[in-house]
Amino acid sequence: MVIVAREEKENGWAGVEAVRVSFLGLSLVLLTVGAIGAVALGRSRDRLGVWLGSVMAVTACAMGVIISGWMLLVPGVAVSVRIPWSLPLGSFHLGLDGLSVFFLFAIFLISGLAAMYGIGYLLAHSPHTRQAPAVALFNLLVVAMVLVTLARDGVLFIMAWEIMFLASYFLVTYDSARREVRRAGFIYLVASHLGVVLLMLLFTVLASHTPGFEFDFDAFRQIKYPDPISSWAFLLALGAFGVKAGTWPLHLWLPEAHPAAPSHVSSVMSGVMIKMGIYGLLRTITLIGKEQAWWGILLVVLGIISGITGLLQALAQRDLKRLLAYSSIENVGIISTGIGLGLLGQTTGQETVATLGYTAALLHVLNHGLFKGLLFQAAGSVLVGTGRRNIDHLGGLIHRMPTTALAFAVGAVAVAGLPPLNGFVSESLLYVGAYQGMVQLSGRLAVVAVAILPTLALIGGLATAVFVKAFGLSFLGLPRVPLRSVREAPVLMRAAMAMGSLACLLIAVWPTAAFRLVQAPLGALVTSPWFPPSVVASLSRLGQLAGLLLGLSAVTAGLRFVVLRGRDVRPGPTWACGYAAPSSRMQYTAMSFPQPLLDAFPHLFTWRRRFQAPEGYFPRRAHREERLVDVTAERVIVPAVRRGLGALTALRVLQSGLLQAYLLYILMTLALLLGWQLTGGLR
Amino acid sequence: MPHLLRAVVHVAILFFLSPLLQGVVAKTKAWFAGRRGAPVWQPYADLWRLLHKGAVYSPSTSWVFRAGPVISLASVVTAGLLVPLWGSASVLAFPGDIIAFAYLLGLARFFTMVAALDTGSSFEGMGASREAAFSAMVEPALFLVLGTLALKAKTFTLSGVLVVGPADWHFHAGVMILALLVLSVVLLVENSRIPFDDPNTHLELTMIHEVMILDHSGPDLAFLEMAAAIKLFLFCTLVSRVAVPFSDGADWWNTLQLLLGSVAVAVLVGIVESTMARLRLTRVFHALVTTGAVAAVTLMVLFISGR
Repeated sequence: MVIVAREEKENGWAGVEAVRVSFLGLSLVLLTVGAIGAVALGRSRDRLGVWLGSVMAVTACAMGVIISGWMLLVPGVAVSVRIPWSLPLGSFHLGLDGLSVFFLFAIFLISGLAAMYGIGYLLAHSPHTRQAPAVALFNLLVVAMVLVTLARDGVLFIMAWEIMFLASYFLVTYDSARREVRRAGFIYLVASHLGVVLLMLLFTVLASHTPGFEFDFDAFRQIKYPDPISSWAFLLALGAFGVKAGTWPLHLWLPEAHPAAPSHVSSVMSGVMIKMGIYGLLRTITLIGKEQAWWGILLVVLGIISGITGLLQALAQRDLKRLLAYSSIENVGIISTGIGLGLLGQTTGQETVATLGYTAALLHVLNHGLFKGLLFQAAGSVLVGTGRRNIDHLGGLIHRMPTTALAFAVGAVAVAGLPPLNGFVSESLLYVGAYQGMVQLSGRLAVVAVAILPTLALIGGLATAVFVKAFGLSFLGLPRVPLRSVREAPVLMRAAMAMGSLACLLIAVWPTAAFRLVQAPLGALVTSPWFPPSVVASLSRLGQLAGLLLGLSAVTAGLRFVVLRGRDVRPGPTWACGYAAPSSRMQYTAMSFPQPLLDAFPHLFTWRRRFQAPEGYFPRRAHREERLVDVTAERVIVPAVRRGLGALTALRVLQSGLLQAYLLYILMTLALLLGWQLTGGLR
Repeated sequence: MPHLLRAVVHVAILFFLSPLLQGVVAKTKAWFAGRRGAPVWQPYADLWRLLHKGAVYSPSTSWVFRAGPVISLASVVTAGLLVPLWGSASVLAFPGDIIAFAYLLGLARFFTMVAALDTGSSFEGMGASREAAFSAMVEPALFLVLGTLALKAKTFTLSGVLVVGPADWHFHAGVMILALLVLSVVLLVENSRIPFDDPNTHLELTMIHEVMILDHSGPDLAFLEMAAAIKLFLFCTLVSRVAVPFSDGADWWNTLQLLLGSVAVAVLVGIVESTMARLRLTRVFHALVTTGAVAAVTLMVLFISGR
């Protein structure tokens, strides 16, 4: 094993880096040992296996968070490790730079919280099914994600990518007895492999221009790719990584796969795994080298469309987890907009715009992982406590599940981008970047930057609507189905949610610390990152503003307490304009709450409706069923696929089944090859 | 003037002068209707009365219902600290505080909606549903008009954006007029005034903001009314600052001009409320989208003329 520390600053650094790298390796080993141990304990000691695997995972992730956080705050040298295991066509080349370490930090943090949550979640399930394999697969997923961020060779990257997919596929279809879970797994399989095909094409295109057809990333970095090749490579990367990240229009698998998985897996998938797509896109941009402005424009446009359509589809969902999955699509859109803005700044030499765009995107990667993980964990608690996911069958849960409700409230405020939580910090940076782009860029590019301002505002408003619906209708009001057997989540699940909420609050109150975490990956993306000092100052002001808001809220609450003391405070029924017999069915439902917004965008929703009206004076039968189908699937993808399949079906004429026809084809091919060789052919 | 004293004056203006504007609006409407109406200082009396009452809480509510008024008032006051009331810069100005201003009002709205849903009543649910829709549609217009003013002033601080000089009106008159128009419409939407909402009736057909706070009582209702008053005051200040150029005189003279301008805007709001009826809900959407389009056109005009 050869460890090479590049750009040695002092003699001591190599030693420090070796220590840090070996601790990272140790965390990977712990995860693997936990996975094997969990399964090896067998069916009879299933619960012990769950504990063993999860405790190893939590320890490994905690160690990983500390090491990667240390690496981000005290940057060392870039490290390159070659392990002499042979791979077909490639080498086992791992490396660590600022970009990788940042994504490692996000992976370990969110996976650690999910592993802790997972102990409680898996043990709350029926003891008749084995849960230890789920823990083993989870550990394998984390190891695969770490390998993806560390891989510096195309073949190793694809292998780690496939292992990541396989682990998550078996986790998504863990409850394979249910038909919709199997269907979701199949859609995930197809979509993911479309992405892998594009990924293989990407690496092949990049490698074909290297002198020795090498897949090593260092070789890619040294080649100056000519113009059409770099654009094709970018489009291939956008396709391959866009499928994984869930950008529009490649997002169709996300709302199927994420709800089907167990909730701690959903939180990791939405929180971190889709960010592997973002990582891949950023890594490819650094490998190709010469960026072009239209890449940025494309990313901004796709990001804005993802944001708006994702939220509109989320508004119309009844299933809590599906709503959260569509919201992930929206947040990936915001991240993609940030990357696009960064590219626009980079290609025009405007360092401020580039830095602001990339910082907003990277910070949102971390923030979204945290609050979306928290939201999925809260939704999982609801599922464990009530057995239901349909918002129309929930309601009033806050009285029986106070911790879960508080965690969901924190997550809802964070995802809507409202102060004083962390979503506001990253969205604020994106706005400031868009403003700087408006002022400093010129022509078409400035128009793109200007377009970010109102669309991000619309996204913020829609996100508020979606999460008022999700939080308000599930947890508040009167219970739509009786709450008799509803119980709060077990203590480990609550602990994980509490820690996630605290992390969200911490980043918001201390944004300069979060900003320091982003410095290392910025250095890998932008050659000379430049932040105007006013923006750095405004980051600390944002933290002070959050603190001020919390303080003022506390003061106002105290004022209310003082004023109400000694006053006549009584319980009384909800006023409802004096209606004598209010019932829980009179409340707004998951479909009626967003009705004004859904009616405002009629062409963006495709409904499948079945309606049988009541007939006669004593009607027996009446039936109304309404289902929302994803509009991109209905209007764009399915017609295109149908037309493609139709064209391909026309080619079936060639497959007549007659042996004579096939012999004729062979003869024709041979004649053609002979003719080609005779008139020139391969020299 | 020392910073702490400026902060105290700022907060004092915010708390003690905001309910006056609600009284001015009510008095204008009364004058149009041929009534004498309640005195201009009636909102102060209402607040005093509410603070001395007890409260009734429904058993279906939780801490969210009790936290709603608290967080609404706190976030609106924090947003108020970003608006320059005394002097040319506010107490807490920083680049990007335009976003903080808009999103703090968004936080107040979030908690009002969520507290409304906590009651489990269909009235509050209706108010929350409509408010969610309309506020989502008006946000782009607000950001477009503030972005226009920021582009013109070449700064991204709310205080910088609101320092409008006579030169701005001279060179960019069209843009300023359109921006003023859009800002006025945003004021009417955000403060639930006719033609988007009726603050006076409690009928199902016309309620948005009033119905969301239907179940709050006593000090909770006082906090919510105070928050609504401060929000109206902040938006009237915004419009007044854009309409009346900032003069280089003494701070107290500027603040006096600002307050007189705000009162004039409140009178105009009263006139609009008296002469128009509330729009049908579908028409409200059309109006909001049109406002957003006008704001986009304003920004494009400034963009093209400046390049």
